Amino acid sequence: MLRYTLLRIAGAIPTLLIVIALAFLMVHAAPGGPFDDERVLPADVEANIAKAYHLDEPLPQQFVRYLGKLLQGDLGPSYRYRDYTVAELIGAAFPLSLKLGAMAMGLALVLGVAAGTAAALNRNTALDRVVMAFAMTGISIPVFVIAPLLVLLLAVKLQWLPAGWSGTSGATRYLLPVVTLALPQIAYIARLTRASMIDVLGQDFIRTARAQGLGGATVIRLHALKPAMLPVLSYLGPAVAAILTGSVVVEEIFGIPGLGQFFVRGALNRDYTLVLGIVVFYATLVVAFNLVVDVLYGVIDPRVRYR
Amino acid sequence: MKPHRALLLFVVLVLSGCSGDGAAPLATLERGLPSDPETLDPQKARSTQAAEVLRDIGEGLLGYTANGELVPAAAAGWEISEDGLSYTFHLRPEARWSNGDPVTAGDFVLGMRRLVDPATAAFYAQMIGAIDNAAAIVTGEQPPEALGVTAVDPHTLRVELTRPTPYLLALLTHPSTFPVHPGSLETHGDAFARPGRLVSNGAYRLDAWVPGSLVSLRRNEHYWNNGATAIDAVNYHVLVQDTSELNRYRAGELHITSTVPPDSFAQVRAEYGDQLRVAPYLGVYYYGFNLAKPPFRDNPRLRQALSMAVDREQLALSVTGRGEAPAYSWVPAGVQNYEPPLMSFSALSKADRETLARRLYKEAGYGEDNPLRVEVRYNTSDTNRKIAVAIQSMWAEVLGVEATLINEEFQVLLANMRDAEVTQVFRSSWLGDYNDAHTFLSVLLADSPANMPRYANREFDSLMLRAAEQVDLVRRRLYLEEAERIMLADHPVIPLYFFVSKHLVSPVVSGWGDNVLDYHYSQHLGLSAQQ
Repeated sequence: MLRYTLLRIAGAIPTLLIVIALAFLMVHAAPGGPFDDERVLPADVEANIAKAYHLDEPLPQQFVRYLGKLLQGDLGPSYRYRDYTVAELIGAAFPLSLKLGAMAMGLALVLGVAAGTAAALNRNTALDRVVMAFAMTGISIPVFVIAPLLVLLLAVKLQWLPAGWSGTSGATRYLLPVVTLALPQIAYIARLTRASMIDVLGQDFIRTARAQGLGGATVIRLHALKPAMLPVLSYLGPAVAAILTGSVVVEEIFGIPGLGQFFVRGALNRDYTLVLGIVVFYATLVVAFNLVVDVLYGVIDPRVRYR
Repeated sequence: MKPHRALLLFVVLVLSGCSGDGAAPLATLERGLPSDPETLDPQKARSTQAAEVLRDIGEGLLGYTANGELVPAAAAGWEISEDGLSYTFHLRPEARWSNGDPVTAGDFVLGMRRLVDPATAAFYAQMIGAIDNAAAIVTGEQPPEALGVTAVDPHTLRVELTRPTPYLLALLTHPSTFPVHPGSLETHGDAFARPGRLVSNGAYRLDAWVPGSLVSLRRNEHYWNNGATAIDAVNYHVLVQDTSELNRYRAGELHITSTVPPDSFAQVRAEYGDQLRVAPYLGVYYYGFNLAKPPFRDNPRLRQALSMAVDREQLALSVTGRGEAPAYSWVPAGVQNYEPPLMSFSALSKADRETLARRLYKEAGYGEDNPLRVEVRYNTSDTNRKIAVAIQSMWAEVLGVEATLINEEFQVLLANMRDAEVTQVFRSSWLGDYNDAHTFLSVLLADSPANMPRYANREFDSLMLRAAEQVDLVRRRLYLEEAERIMLADHPVIPLYFFVSKHLVSPVVSGWGDNVLDYHYSQHLGLSAQQ
């Protein structure tokens, strides 16, 4: 297993390099530059600025400069946030995004698995149909529709929760963003759990367990839940990706200073270093997460062997 | 992970979020800001958002009242030499930095030298181009020390100009001319403007800044006029989405919004009445022609026909619909010491206008069998799209023009406008940096980098130059107005409407004044207790 892990890590390096090179090319290929504006600058002033940020150098030279800095762990200064480095911005934004993401993920797992299990156990009853109808709705309505609706109802009309992030404090400000972020995932996980649970409940070993006289709840808890979780576990990777992309929208709508918002703003402002920094950071994270999931798979399912 | 463990994790995470950020019992003004300041370094800042915050935490030699009148600020008074080339400012001896140090003439010298120093790479370096040697310093031909700004003594500042610049006093309200605290610059270098370090000389000081979220200011106890400041703390909430900003105002979390979403405007007006403040703003929304390429190069008739075929009243009334004024000139009305000349056809009726437009269109070589096919580029936004669609149909209806609408991301459109290769007609706008016609007219000088249409007219340029050399305000004004008249007759642009500023201002806020610059210093505002 150690050999397998090391091999996977070694394999990840070229992947990351390709991602960085592609991202670098793409941000620079996009028309316009970080300092373009309707108030076009006099040539002298523009030259001074380009020089200060090394934008006057040929692209390959800029790339080598970037890679060199990256190897030293330096993501460079942000072009848009001129008082901050990219590392500082990511360092401040990521814990927040992580917290939101983890909370949304936790909520999605708990509610999704519970609802899915309940639906599977009460297959083809009214409960099952209600849960699945909710799940279908949750999957179909995009985050950018749910979020404003929730804000309008709970924050503007009823004034139970804050409508935004900045200047508010306490746990309540997490509620709307987390629920918005979790809703589609709750729905998806509920559907996955239901299908997988129904499948597992029909297996021989469940019948054996029942034949041994175990109670319904014990069978579910000790024997059915674990194998039924496998598809949910494989879905965790895509779910993290979905929450990451969802966070872009949610952070923008609620004005949360997380990575998603910086990523979008960075791309629109042509903040080359900020966009690249976040891409590098995300890419590393995704590669690492996939690795962890693959290793975890073996821990849960003894049939999986590493070579 | 077993479900109950996941639940536990969730609860722990929720609880860890409960720590809170500490409550602010102070009288705090909550304002919306459409994006983060890119920096709070006065010389490096560029955006209107940064300037808004900087006007609260810093102070120039002059400032504005709530209603937009120019008043002494860090300078108590000044004298101007007869030739208009030398200004002597007398600083307030009681002026203090936020750490208690006195504000001296040397601090202003430092700030302005920094502005033109190529090493600073300041966006507004050209702003004080009229000061002796400024241009040569920007290009690196002279050292920053050569700048014509000198400290005669700690409280006397002399500014020497190469040409009379009547709007110099207005320029000196701009954050890029603010002083710099020398000790901070020495200790922290260019990173002196970060929270926890920034020493400023305005009514407020920077308390905290969470990028992407919040800029918090506190009262500067050392400010010379601190007694007149009513509000203790100001929070600028960074709200990129105008709908989010409106929701927060509705939820009672904001006192002042930076704008009002175009789609909700009618509803907001009905809902909030007096709380909606709409005022003329120094900015023009226009369509430009690419004069470097056919079909618009050397074709003023065609340009005039297209300009005349646009029903600006209709546009301002039913397309934008927020009180914008139809534009028949390039410089907006309300600019100090200036009366913009109107385009020749402004007095004609709609029918006469259209008849004349059709005749010009025909004279330019187009007609029903040979319609003009033209591309209109605009940057993606709801308002821009609606306007483009309206103009497309006006041109089709009046002239039979077949216009193709192309929407592009802002940065893409900018790049295309600058290259002037693929553009034919493009959308743009110009916002005044100071209250003077020069900030608008200078855009269309042949060598101006912001001259997107590539307009070049020697007569216009020479009138502008004569105006620049003129000390007499009345004669200067006549030259400028004549320059605009000549430019308008060439139709390098189609001015469509003049902007308005739009804010929601809570009834608990007092002291609010509408002004064409849309400057609203927090130090002029008050909060009544009923909040």
